[in-house]
Amino acid sequence: MENTNLKKLLDGINVQADWIGLRQVFESTTYRIIRDDKPQANQRDATHGVMIEVLVNGQFGYYGVNSFDPLRIQAAAEKAVKQAQLASKYSIHSFTDKVRPAAIGKYQSPYEKSQALMSAGDLNDILMKGCAKLNVSDKIVSRSAFARLVDCKSNFVSTNGSDVEQKYTIISCDFTATAQDGPIIQKRTDHGMLARSYQAGMEVFDENEILERCEKIGNQSVELLSAEECPTESTSLVLSPDQMLLQIHESVGHALEIDRILGDERNYAGWSFVRLEDFGNLQYGSKLMNISFDPTVENQLASYAFDDGGMKAEKEYIVRNGLLVRGLGGMESQTRSGLPGVANFRSSSWNRAPIDRMANLNLEPGDSSFDDIIGSVEHGVYMESNRSWSIDDYRNKFQFGCEYGKLIENGKLTKTLRNPNYRAITNPFWNSLKMVGNRDTFGIYGTPYCGKGEPNQVIRVGHASPLALFENIEIFGGA
Amino acid sequence: MENNFYQVGEKLVQQLVNDEKLKISFGAESSQFIRFNGAKVRQTGLVDDAVLAMELISGKRTTSGSITVSGNVDQDYKNALDELLRLRNDVSQLPEDPFIVEPENLGSSREEHTGELPDSENCLEDIIPPFNRVDMSGILASGRIMQGNMNSVGQKHWFATDTFSLDYSLITPTEKMVKATYAGTNWDHEDYQAFVGKSIEKLELMQLPPKRIEPGNYRTFIASAGVADILRMFSWGGTSEAAIQQGESAFCKMRNENIRLSEKFSLSEDFRNGTVPRFNANGETAPELLQIIDKGKLVNTLISTRTAKEYNKKSNFASGGEGFRSPVMAGGSLNEDDVLNELGTGVYLSNLHYLNWSDQIGGRITGMTRYACFWVEDGKIVAPIENMRFDDSLYNFFGDNLEAVTDRARMNPEVGTYEGRELGGTFCPGILLSSFALTL
Repeated sequence: MENTNLKKLLDGINVQADWIGLRQVFESTTYRIIRDDKPQANQRDATHGVMIEVLVNGQFGYYGVNSFDPLRIQAAAEKAVKQAQLASKYSIHSFTDKVRPAAIGKYQSPYEKSQALMSAGDLNDILMKGCAKLNVSDKIVSRSAFARLVDCKSNFVSTNGSDVEQKYTIISCDFTATAQDGPIIQKRTDHGMLARSYQAGMEVFDENEILERCEKIGNQSVELLSAEECPTESTSLVLSPDQMLLQIHESVGHALEIDRILGDERNYAGWSFVRLEDFGNLQYGSKLMNISFDPTVENQLASYAFDDGGMKAEKEYIVRNGLLVRGLGGMESQTRSGLPGVANFRSSSWNRAPIDRMANLNLEPGDSSFDDIIGSVEHGVYMESNRSWSIDDYRNKFQFGCEYGKLIENGKLTKTLRNPNYRAITNPFWNSLKMVGNRDTFGIYGTPYCGKGEPNQVIRVGHASPLALFENIEIFGGA
Repeated sequence: MENNFYQVGEKLVQQLVNDEKLKISFGAESSQFIRFNGAKVRQTGLVDDAVLAMELISGKRTTSGSITVSGNVDQDYKNALDELLRLRNDVSQLPEDPFIVEPENLGSSREEHTGELPDSENCLEDIIPPFNRVDMSGILASGRIMQGNMNSVGQKHWFATDTFSLDYSLITPTEKMVKATYAGTNWDHEDYQAFVGKSIEKLELMQLPPKRIEPGNYRTFIASAGVADILRMFSWGGTSEAAIQQGESAFCKMRNENIRLSEKFSLSEDFRNGTVPRFNANGETAPELLQIIDKGKLVNTLISTRTAKEYNKKSNFASGGEGFRSPVMAGGSLNEDDVLNELGTGVYLSNLHYLNWSDQIGGRITGMTRYACFWVEDGKIVAPIENMRFDDSLYNFFGDNLEAVTDRARMNPEVGTYEGRELGGTFCPGILLSSFALTL
């Protein structure tokens, strides 16, 4: 990638267009997996290409190309122009280059220890030790240790002066133990599937810390075998930050994407119960609910300086004191809807056009301690680590399941519960938010796998949250 | 592309040293994507992508990698050689792997299908006008897909096909929707217009005032598209032998507790329709037909060679993930024209949405009803229903509650494009259930 002069390629394009942009992406993803003390995968997938985007007659056209040959780039630009011209007769909106503001700057993920400083052998060795540590009982039937390392560089230049370079260093890891006792099988992971995903370096693989976590994961998987089934009732529900990750993502994030509200996604993931006129008017949750879009949080998975349309990334409140104040939409959605938005016009790679995504979407801390929250509950259930998720196409009726639960009795965590699930409807659920944990209860998580769009795109999102208490929620157990 | 792939691959094989072995895969697409909203164009573009993947085996160690290739043989070989050198450095540091799948030469194959795709420049003039009276959202994906495989002991496979799909939703002013997919290898404009016309007719039914139904257990018919959504779940912790062995499969109960499903339910991995290649990333060719569930009994699972080595089983050359590549559910005896009469009073579900295991080991799946779903009374459609959440076990709806299966397995094409445009689809009939749990 270092040898590709994107500006020179842009200067060499000769087509009639109102605007041209080139976005180059190189990304390598390395997987190292140990299962049951044997190597399961050592694999690196690298992708490298360039997206040529043109604006003609108010319509954007694109061509994602797996080559940096100037002749291929020129031919692709000509075809992108042709596509845009032909489509402009049917455009849903006539855009100008104002939706691609000139952006100049750089971004680099923070990290302490670069990926190059830990060899494949050393990382396999740490994972092997972690995998062994999970083996706390003869009831453990399967164990795995997983590492995913991403090295990504993107570069965006345009005819109206953009020149952006952003480099991401991303680490995800997970340790999983599955325990079995007759027909009962229970699995425990490291905070839910790949929730531990960060912009960070190899400092994440601290051996002592990993071994400690693995022992706890193994023990909890065995503990769940003899745990009581989660009861079926409506009660107080305390969610840990690693489950709030999913709760925020599904019932706040996707519902507030402006392109979705405008109907772009109706044939795939669906629409939204939120309407354009709800911004500034809808009481989305209780007054304790404060949601921020914040791509500036250090180490959080979806931090960056500019989105893929060139909009500068800044923190904005989306829900303030429970009131819906701003949508998740980049410059194209802001122009189409007339609403204020955020810098979230993002693509998964060089071969996909940007759409509205979430980035980091967080529940801001409140002022209650962990003990305050648990102590306030006479009878209820505490749940952590997501294992099941499903929500309707309007982002209303959801059902989520967790790996691990605890009964709360008279202000104390008591019995362990297995197969904890809950279901509710988005607005009533968030309006039942009764207590929000303070900074001490705050956890930062994310997922590399948020799917959306046609053609489909998987993208990284970050979600941070304190502990949260919801009242009168329908909970239930397993089959 | 085919020659380029083999040229680069053969040059790489010549670079092997000592006891090294190499398996090489190739996947490429040349695609047009047009995204629609309001029967207008939201985004339009083209994508050329190609990936060369290698697995290097050195003694008892293995590692793999993939890179983007451009079609320029010299440049691609240079990049692939760099990747091979990286793999060689990597593999020397890794622990021994007792379950390596060595490359073999069991015979080569070549399959190529050429179609008549929508004209990439003028297709909008064909696609949009039939929707002039309705709100439509969806995507056209069209172009050529290529997959190849070769190894250092001389085996070669190639599969290439032209395909298109226009996957769309029609929406009434009251936000009721109908889903349809016009897909194939030959675009026929008259056939297309008739197809769209039928989906618009179906939309008329959605104009009726909607009915809200309460949570509870209902007699239910799930049409083929909804059944396909359920069967796709089986590729995620269902059919996989490794998942069963590791306690992560909904089929564990069938294996460990000898539980049988309904005799009316039979399911197979069946490549006879020819929509996907039979070879996997190892270059192994799966049997043309493999029965998975026969009249309710689990008779086979999907077993990759790696899993076979680990658990002392016989491989049926499944993919690495041991999911379905070409699932076919057998039809039953219920005539499609008799579905409403046989349902009597209950719920007709055309599509499901956002399925997930709510208790994987228990076989319980949750999800939503979506699109053309109706309340039926005495064999007549009364009203579309407001979307409901379901949460029920496959051991119920493919077990005692499976009352009948329609007599025609329909093709539900894969339209996914995450890793690239997918091939094939799920062939399945509709199912009539004596009870189905709607929960929210």
